[in-house]
Amino acid sequence: MGASPFVRGEAARKNRKVIVITFGGGARDQETFAPEGQENIPNLLHDLIPQSSFFTHVTNQGILGHYVATASLATGVYETLNNFSAVAPQHPTVFEYFRKDLKRPSSDAWVVAPSNGFNRIGESECRSYGRGQGARVILPKHLLSAAKPGASADYGHLLRDNYETPLYTPQISGDLELHQLEMILKLSVDDFVAHARTLSSPDELSVYIAKRLMKQDAPSLLWVTMHDIDVAHTGAYSLYVDAIRRTDRLCSEIWHAAQSDPEYAGNTTLFILPDFGRDSDFDAGGNGFQHHRTGDAASRTTWMMALGAGVRQGVLYDNPIQSVDLVPTLGAIMGFSPAQAQGKPIRELL
Amino acid sequence: MRPNNLQAKQFAGYPPQARKVVESHLAALRELPLSFVPSLLREIIDYDYKFPAERLAIDSELANVSSLSPAEIKARFRPFAEISLSLELEQSDWINHPAQFVEQQSAYLWTTHQLDAFRIAATEYGARLQVLVPPGPIPIHRLGIAVIGQGMASFDGKLFRHLREHGTYFDHVKPDDGFRLLLDAVTERAKAHSIPYAHWYIDGGEGVASSPLLTSVSYKELEPVRRTLLKLMQADIDRPGMGPEELRTHMARLTPADVGMDAKNDSVLERFRLKLFTEGSGTQIFSTTFAQWATREVLRRAQALTLLVRYAPRQRQLPMNELLSGTLDPAALDLEGSLVDADLAAYYHWINQQRLFASERSSFLAWFEGHSQAVAIAPFLPKGSKSSQAIDLGKLLALIVS
Repeated sequence: MGASPFVRGEAARKNRKVIVITFGGGARDQETFAPEGQENIPNLLHDLIPQSSFFTHVTNQGILGHYVATASLATGVYETLNNFSAVAPQHPTVFEYFRKDLKRPSSDAWVVAPSNGFNRIGESECRSYGRGQGARVILPKHLLSAAKPGASADYGHLLRDNYETPLYTPQISGDLELHQLEMILKLSVDDFVAHARTLSSPDELSVYIAKRLMKQDAPSLLWVTMHDIDVAHTGAYSLYVDAIRRTDRLCSEIWHAAQSDPEYAGNTTLFILPDFGRDSDFDAGGNGFQHHRTGDAASRTTWMMALGAGVRQGVLYDNPIQSVDLVPTLGAIMGFSPAQAQGKPIRELL
Repeated sequence: MRPNNLQAKQFAGYPPQARKVVESHLAALRELPLSFVPSLLREIIDYDYKFPAERLAIDSELANVSSLSPAEIKARFRPFAEISLSLELEQSDWINHPAQFVEQQSAYLWTTHQLDAFRIAATEYGARLQVLVPPGPIPIHRLGIAVIGQGMASFDGKLFRHLREHGTYFDHVKPDDGFRLLLDAVTERAKAHSIPYAHWYIDGGEGVASSPLLTSVSYKELEPVRRTLLKLMQADIDRPGMGPEELRTHMARLTPADVGMDAKNDSVLERFRLKLFTEGSGTQIFSTTFAQWATREVLRRAQALTLLVRYAPRQRQLPMNELLSGTLDPAALDLEGSLVDADLAAYYHWINQQRLFASERSSFLAWFEGHSQAVAIAPFLPKGSKSSQAIDLGKLLALIVS
């Protein structure tokens, strides 16, 4: 006996899964989708773009620090928190809206983030949302540090929190430590460390953990923050471009992992977007690709692609959108109401 | 504290020449908005350690502002006056710590969405000043030379991708004794036009012996400074309550003596060398970044007439698997990565040179060391063209500066 299309539509929305990947930290158009940069993103260009709705003009009008910008992406509000402090976003996050409105358990929303500075990104401290209402956050590098206690001196480069202030790593404490490995990821410490030895970068570790989460917990809302590209702050252009190429490959890996997983195949929408760009070569106030300090157009303007369930394939949109439009769009797709978000739903994705 | 209350005695902590500069222009400084004055003081406070070109720029700017009536100052600086600042910023010790103020102001402007307005105000002010107070004539046209790819046996990728469209690509350069020919040529320029801090040689590696007529900086020579600085930074980080802002403030206050530099040396140059590490990002880690940043700063600050930069291989970025498995070789070099870094750095060298006065008459040469590829840019050379003429580097250089 068939249900009405409305019931089927609601059921589909309940099963809908969303993965957000931030192509971070900070990639310019000229090293990605501009003609001279396309050689760095073969997977996005030839594999994912043909399947996606692609937005060529995404503006970030907020503060161009990686944590504060990612927090802004997650709240739909241009946050003004201190980029280098381990503080919660000032507004409710997408994870809180999602869980509260749709009555989802904490296991249904996860963030995989690169550095200690991101440990508070899962939830705000807002009344009626806040503590215990957001996403669970897993910090693969922090896990690795916990798995190899006392070894941080040897792995200083690996465990470095960011490249902008390379020696500064916020100290964090939390109850989600090694037991995350065994309880959630079903992974022994030895196996985790052994696998980490086969990976060349922190983002590869993040993707390994994300795929493990997908297999074990199959969260409906999974947010993966890439950060290898932030190596640009060291001023080594070759490392910056290498990181873009790696991130391109890792995005494709996540998409294909979703397509081969029955929990995700056919009902998943993937969003990929940089948190922001980097300074133009021609702004005298900056030093080209190295930083994102000038606030010029190159550092504020970037792109976004969406693909998978409910998304038109092979369409390019040149109309300007803002990075804070992501959360209202996710709300419209998944059926929750991001009441305090400042952005607007992107109608081309609805 | 607002600028209209400024008193000469408040500048007692400034070095002698800086204090004199402030006292000469105090009346004008009192008329300027708070969002502007600390940026100017940040330059003035280091006046005693500035290059001649910087001192001239400060003197010219202050003379121009002092020549204006209060009403003219108000009109010229209105966009800055319209920037609103916090009480906390107003009450901070911006007279004695202007750099710290500027950093905090920048964070405040980001937070309050006033950064774009400030950028526009600053850009328009700078452009107008260039017109009102143009730099004086220069005795010779500027010349920049970037030597990249030291140690690379071959490279299959396309070099000088960005530079080629601005000049002529040569693919049959005779590489024999190439660096020596270039160094001799810049030394000759320095002899012919002997001006302090006008002719520079920067080396990302060990550096070769060069004429005292050239101001030189090399990564290897500064190794002890770099190591001392890294230790100081690590000690700072380990102190409770230390965050990135505090670390930057501490770094900015370091003097050459703090890192073991010889007080008997040229104090202007020693400060400059120290700042390459305390203000540069990545200069403490990678020699290619050091050479690129030093190039930018020599052009921005000293406004060099001649600048020869030789890039050397940098250390390898250690991948995670090697860090974990303990198989790493910390001394290993990344030759190809260094070439790619230096190739873009050569382009940035040219961009920074073009920002300077009389750029339309300047020349530039980038050469793949030990190989036959080079790109030459000069006002009379065709752009985006290619030459297969067999030519040695001395003759090629003579061609572009003739």
